[in-house]
This record gives sequence, structure tokens and C-alpha cells, in this order.
Amino acid sequence: MFKIVSAEFLAPEVKRFEIEAPKIAAKRKAGQFVIVRISSQGERIPLTIADSSVERGTITIIVQGIGKTTREINEHKAGEFFMDVVGPLGLPSHIENFGTAISIGGGVGTAIAFPTAKALKEAGNHTISIIGGKSKEYVILENELREICDEVYPTTDDGSYGYHGFVTGKLKDIIESGTKVDFVLAIGPIPMMKAVAEVTRPYGIKTVVSLNPVMVDGTGMCGGCRAVVGGQTVFVCVDGPEFDAHEVDFTLLMKRNNTYRSEEKSALDKHVCSLDKQFAEAINN
Amino acid sequence: MAELTKKERMQIPRQPMPEQAPNSRNKNFTEVNLGFTEELAKLEAERCLQCPKPKCVEGCPVGVQIKDFIKLVAEGDYLAAASKIKENNVLPAVCGRVCPQEEQCEARCVTGVKGESVAIGRLERFVADYERTTTGIRQAEIKTKTGKKVAIIGSGPAGLSCAGELVQLGHTVTVFEALHDIGGVLIYGIPEFRLPKEIVKAEVDALEALGVEFKTNSVIGFTDTIDELMTVEGYDAVFIGVGAGLPYFMNLPGENYNGVYSANEFLTRVNLMKAYKFPEFDTPVFDVKGKNVAVFGGGNTAMDAVRTSKRLGAANARIIYRRSEVEMPARIEEVHHAKEEGIEFVMLTNPLEFLGDEAGWLHGVKLQKMELGEPDASGRRRPVAIPGSEYVMPIDMAVIAIGNGSNPIIQKTTPDINFNKWGNITVEEATMKTSKKGVFAGGDIVTGGATVILAMGAGRKAATAIDEYLMENAVIQ
Ligand SMILES: Cc1cc2nc3c(=O)[nH]c(=O)nc-3n(C[C@H](O)[C@H](O)[C@H](O)COP(=O)(O)OP(=O)(O)OC[C@H]3O[C@@H](n4cnc5c(N)ncnc54)[C@H](O)[C@@H]3O)c2cc1C
Ligand SMILES: Cc1cc2nc3c(=O)[nH]c(=O)nc-3n(C[C@H](O)[C@H](O)[C@H](O)COP(=O)(O)OP(=O)(O)OC[C@H]3O[C@@H](n4cnc5c(N)ncnc54)[C@H](O)[C@@H]3O)c2cc1C
Ligand code: SF4
Ligand code: SF4
Ligand code: FES
Repeated sequence: MFKIVSAEFLAPEVKRFEIEAPKIAAKRKAGQFVIVRISSQGERIPLTIADSSVERGTITIIVQGIGKTTREINEHKAGEFFMDVVGPLGLPSHIENFGTAISIGGGVGTAIAFPTAKALKEAGNHTISIIGGKSKEYVILENELREICDEVYPTTDDGSYGYHGFVTGKLKDIIESGTKVDFVLAIGPIPMMKAVAEVTRPYGIKTVVSLNPVMVDGTGMCGGCRAVVGGQTVFVCVDGPEFDAHEVDFTLLMKRNNTYRSEEKSALDKHVCSLDKQFAEAINN
Repeated sequence: MAELTKKERMQIPRQPMPEQAPNSRNKNFTEVNLGFTEELAKLEAERCLQCPKPKCVEGCPVGVQIKDFIKLVAEGDYLAAASKIKENNVLPAVCGRVCPQEEQCEARCVTGVKGESVAIGRLERFVADYERTTTGIRQAEIKTKTGKKVAIIGSGPAGLSCAGELVQLGHTVTVFEALHDIGGVLIYGIPEFRLPKEIVKAEVDALEALGVEFKTNSVIGFTDTIDELMTVEGYDAVFIGVGAGLPYFMNLPGENYNGVYSANEFLTRVNLMKAYKFPEFDTPVFDVKGKNVAVFGGGNTAMDAVRTSKRLGAANARIIYRRSEVEMPARIEEVHHAKEEGIEFVMLTNPLEFLGDEAGWLHGVKLQKMELGEPDASGRRRPVAIPGSEYVMPIDMAVIAIGNGSNPIIQKTTPDINFNKWGNITVEEATMKTSKKGVFAGGDIVTGGATVILAMGAGRKAATAIDEYLMENAVIQ
């Protein structure tokens, strides 16, 4: 059992947890993830380790409630427990001093990109963050990123905050303004990552994305997480999760992530959730 | 009962295994074989000729004292029979169910020369079940604590048998398992209807009662490396039993369509994650009700996958295999059960391409007929394609069950252990010693995909060598 030390909503349906897991906290590197299972009937859910504290023996995860299990995770409160947390899994991000590095996060992707952005800064890069959200309330981790990055640009689809438009628009602006961009990390919904890859491709900017296929074991045993990169089949959990954006077959990834859509919907429909009430409380507090 | 003559013994027919009727069992996940009653077990035991030089033992990879335990069954002393078996085999309830007996112990039994061999596996299973359901699994004695710590990596049959031996020898044993449950393939691969998980759990509980510590959610290489176990964590020796858990695909066009699974993924979703109880359990699996399923391969894994799909409601569940039935590596009993349950066998047929729709869903497979040519390196006749025999079979789900390679995590994180070119650990045959001091290995990670009993035998052999290694070091210190 893994104790939840703190839990708080960052945005609607997006919750941050600090969990006691001293072993993982000591080991993990930017880009790695854990698999969480909340009960003996539960699914195994991959979640990126957003941060860790060796002193406190804790790791941080940031979860977007999109389906039955992630919403159930988000019903957990400080003092409660997760049944299983395993990790750190996956290969760490490849970090070096590229020069100028842009980290792009869309929605909860910002949380996934956060540790790598931090590592890029620590490696000496001039680090720029672009954080996208549907509207102002969905822009997460802005303050945290301001502490570690040289420049931070929020963007919103509806223009309620920061740049009005998609993250790709802001990225284009930066590149076209003459800034020499050496490295781009993009993490978010698949269409967003695909669009970023197309923006940087003509400029030949090295671009990395973190893939989020459906996983089961996370140790290379099942092959359920396979994706195609550069024409080769890879197992994302052990060969990734980060890959060269210009080589990834995003269309396939998108199709494969729809495998269980009808089953998931039925599971969600059965799951009477008290989240709406919790949000109301969280936001009013 | 008066002592039977040899002739009388040989006149008793081999007792059939009571089983669920094919047409009801192919709709549920409870065990197919129901097990011998006491009467059946005694009668079957009377068939054993108590050979002065029993051939059967030579066929058993761990040397179970077959003749002696069968004698105890005939005498009705089932608990003593259980202890007898456990002198050589710590998981009799498992082996009695899944050992390929027809190729091992029973293949050598003399009664099989003219008639049918003694049903050794069924008796072994009876004895183990009797013990578990009456007195409960009885504890072995433990020697005085040695103060030595051993880490076992992987909780499949190799790891469990190694742990069991070592704890009895007085060592402190911790088993590290990557998944959230203990048992390896016994729990995530072999289905409930062949090996109820409750039986594996009872064995694991018995080991726990002996003092073995189990740490789930520990991927060695990531959570801790082997070096860290030996330095920071203070383990004096390590046994690696991580199995052969890397699924092979066929590298055919369309293999990534939705609905194409590796056998590992399909079986893990259904067994470990209990997708057959979705939505009571959260993990889904492709809904095959009324659909066409094709499983590619001819081994035990393929049989398990195809029979599982039938139980999930597939209208047509087929095995597609490129050789003929004679060459299929699956156990005869499994093939027989599969046929009874309505599984269709499409032999001498090879897939060329998976076909799907715009949205990425599988809807068919292009197949090609084969014929048998000259024998190949394995001695089996090689399948050769028949030109112009291609045709399309509509299918909604495919399972690839053509075998497993070895998982690279340990190899990548432990550079000073030698592996061969297939990714298997190379060991010194007599001791299961690896190239790294204090580190031993056994089971599928050494041999490639093999059997439960071979993995257990390897775990046991390694335990003996580990004990020697630890005690030698103890003297020097
Ligand atoms: C390496 C990795 C790291 C991840 N890190 C994070 C993280 O830090 N925070 C976070 O909130 N999420 C993260 N995810 C995504 C997260 O695992 C999924 O959102 C989760 O598995 C969905 O489970 P569910 O049962 O709640 O939803 P489901 O009911 O399974 O799915 C709901 C909907 O989401 C889609 N979906 C299913 N699986 C995924 C997936 N893996 N990714 C995206 N969409 C999916 C389905 O098509 C469906 O429409 C990560 C995924 C991976 C592979
Ligand atoms: C579907 C199927 C059906 C089968 N049917 C039969 C049968 O009827 N009869 C028979 O004799 N054999 C059968 N076999 C083969 C048999 O199951 C295997 O040969 C046997 O289980 C091998 O045992 P093992 O202990 O070497 O490895 P495994 O049983 O594979 O166990 C290895 C364990 O190690 C864990 N692990 C892996 N990497 C790590 C790591 N880095 N850190 C921590 N833990 C790790 C894995 O999660 C796993 O639990 C079957 C196999 C399959 C897949
Ligand atoms: S362990 Fe297997 S091979 Fe040995 S006697 Fe028992 S069933 Fe036969
Ligand atoms: S070979 Fe057959 S008959 Fe002889 S002792 Fe073994 S089981 Fe009995
Ligand atoms: S999740 Fe099973 S191989 Fe990656």
C-alpha cells in the first residue's frame, strides 16, 4: 500500500498527488513513469512521475480524469492509499545541453513534460515552456514552470488567457521570430504532438514526443503498447516512452488507443462518480 | 484387499479423468478436469507394477519417487504420499495438472509398452489436492537460521522452487516480482480452467508461512539493480528466474490493427487482470461474443488462447498452424480438450497479411496453404507454401502465439552477466552459476520457453548450489 501524502486539484479533472514511495523517489529520472493500481479489481494505469523528493521519500503524479479509473484515482484524498505503485519504468529522457530547448505541454501533458523541462534547464539549456489549455482554468503548473524556465507562454484555445490559439501557433511565432531553436519536447494529445512535429519538420529541429499507448504490464511482456517509429515496431514501455517526433506513426497510435472505447464507456457509465461535487468543493476552498 | 498379481494389475484399465462436459465447460472458466475420487485413485494406483527398476522416474526431470508415492496411494495413506512427492517436487498440485506427462514420466512407464501407462500425473494431482483440502499444505521443517540473505528475482515456478528449498535450508529469502501478483506464467498465462489460481495461491501462502518474503511491484533492473541488491541491500546471493517474457510477432503487414494481440497480452488481460469478469474488474478485453477468432501457433499457449476466446463467446475459434497436427507442440490432452470444446483446427496454413478497415480495426487475414517438405533442423518436416493457394478468412480478433524471447531488462541493467545471442543467460550446467559472482539463474530465462517442471528443477538445482556457495563463504569468513 502506498500512502497519499497530499492531493489537490490543479484544474478541473486534473489532480496532483504526492505519494510515499521512497525507493522510486530515490531512483527515478525525468521521463520515467509508474504504474498505479487502486484496488484488487483495478486496471494498471501508467502515469508519469512529475517530480520527487528524496528527503520526504515521495513522488508526485498529476492525473487527468478521462475515464473510469483515472476518475476513481482522482476521488482519492490525502491520507488514503493506492494499492500498487510500480516503477520507475521506461527509459529516462535523453538530456543534454542543446542550446535553446522548448518544452510544450498540452493539458495534462504539461505535467508529463514538467520533469524533463526541469532537467533540460539543469543541463544548461535556455528553456522555454509553452503550456496549452482549452481555457484559463486548464492551464496548469504555470507558477512551477516559471520557477525553472527562462520563458513561459500560456496559450488558450478560447483566448481566455495568454496567447489565443494552439500551442503550435505560439511555437511557430517563436521560430519565425528568429530565435534559434535547437530542441523541442512536445507532450499532450496525439493531434497536438502530430501538429508540433509538422511545425518543426521543415526546420529540421530535433523534436521528441512522449507516447501514451494503452499499457498492461509496462515491462515489455505483453506487446500491447506497441507503436511504429521509423517503420519499426517498438514497445513503448521499455523502448520509450520518448521518441523522435518526426519518425512516429501518430495515426496508428491514435487508432490503437481507441481499441477499448466502447468497453470503457460502459465502465464509465456504471461508475457513479462524486467528482463533480469534489470539484465544486475544491474550487470553492 | 488381497495383494493383486501382476496380471490382475495389468487387467485394470487406465482410469479416465472425470471432467466437465465439453458443451458446458466451453462457456465457463472453472476447471475442466474434476480430479480423481479416492476410489478412482486407489484403483489407478493398483495398476502400478512396483517395478524393481522403475523406468518412470527416469522420465521425470526432478526424479519424483513415483513408485513409492503410488504405493502409499494404493495403501490409502495419501498424506504420506504427498510428503513423498514433495521430497523432489514442491508444487505437485501444479505439476500434476500441467506437466506434459505423456512425454515424461508416463512415456517411460512399462505398462505403456503393451497397454496404457499408469496415470502418474492424475495421481500426483489427487494426492496434492487431498492434502490441500484436508489438512492443508503441511510445512516442511526448517533448519536453523544461517543469517544469509538470498534475493530471488521472478516468482514463476523457477523462483518459487528455489525460494522453497533455500528457506528450508535456513536462509532468509526474499522474492522480488515485477507484477502485482505472485506466480509468473502460472498466474498470468495458464488459464483458470486448467490451473485454478486458488491452487497457486495456496502454494504461495505455504511458502510465506515458511518465512519467504514476497515483494511485488519490484522490477529488478529498475526498482533496484542486481548490484544494489548485493551491496546496498546486503543480499549474499541472487537467483534470476525472470522467465521468457517477450512476445514474438510475425512482422506481417497489418499486425498492429486493433484486435491483433500477442498471446501474452490476451491471456494477461483475461487471467491476471480478470477481464472475463469485466466490468466487475476494470480491465477490458476485445469483446469476441459472436465473432471470429484466429489463434496462430500450435503450442500450449495457442491452445490456452483459443479455448479462452471460445469461453468469452467467440462464434468461431480457430487454430491456424503452418505444419500438420502431428508436429504441434501442444500437449495431446489440450488438443483433445480443445477439439471437444468446438475449436476448429486449420492445419498447413500460414498467414501472409492482416486486413483491416480505415479506423484501424482488423477484419480479415490473408492465408496461404502449405504442404510438408523435407525435414528441417528440428527434425520436423518443413512446411512449404503452395503457390496460388492464397485466400482470405474473415476474422475479428487474432492472437499471435508463436513463442517468446527473453525480456531485456536484466541484460540491459547488469552488464557483467553473460547472455547468449538469443538473450538467454549462460550458466554453468551443474550449478546454474552465471558469470557474475554470487548470481545464479534458471528456468525459461536460461533455456528459452520450456516447461514448469524444468523451471522448477532448475530452481532446485540452483538452490543446492547457492547453499553450498553461502556455506563455503561462511566458513572462510
Ligand atoms: C507512459 C505514459 C505516461 C502517462 N502519464 C500520464 C500522466 O502523467 N497523467 C495523466 O493524466 N495521464 C497519463 N497517461 C495517460 C493515462 O495512463 C490514461 O489516461 C489512463 O490510462 C486512462 O485510463 P482510464 O481508465 O481512466 O480511461 P479509459 O476509460 O481507459 O479511457 C478513456 C479514454 O481515453 C483514451 N485512452 C485510453 N488509454 C489512453 C492513454 N494511455 N492515453 C491517452 N488516452 C487514452 C481512450 O481511448 C478513451 O477514449 C500516461 C500514459 C502513458 C502510456
Ligand atoms: C500460456 C502458457 C501455457 C503454458 N502451459 C504449460 C503447460 O501446460 N505445461 C508446462 O509444463 N509448461 C507450460 N508453459 C510453460 C511454463 O509456464 C514456463 O516454462 C514456466 O512458467 C517458466 O517458469 P519461470 O519461473 O522460468 O518463468 P515465468 O513463469 O515466466 O516467471 C517469471 C516471473 O518473473 C517476473 N519478472 C520478469 N522480469 C522481472 C524483473 N526484472 N524483476 C522482477 N520480476 C521479473 C515475471 O513477471 C514473472 O512473474 C506455458 C506457458 C505459457 C505462456
Ligand atoms: S513432476 Fe511431472 S514428470 Fe515428474 S512425476 Fe510428476 S507429473 Fe511426472
Ligand atoms: S514404470 Fe510404471 S509400473 Fe513401473 S513403477 Fe513406474 S509407474 Fe509403476
Ligand atoms: S505494456 Fe506490455 S509490453 Fe509494454
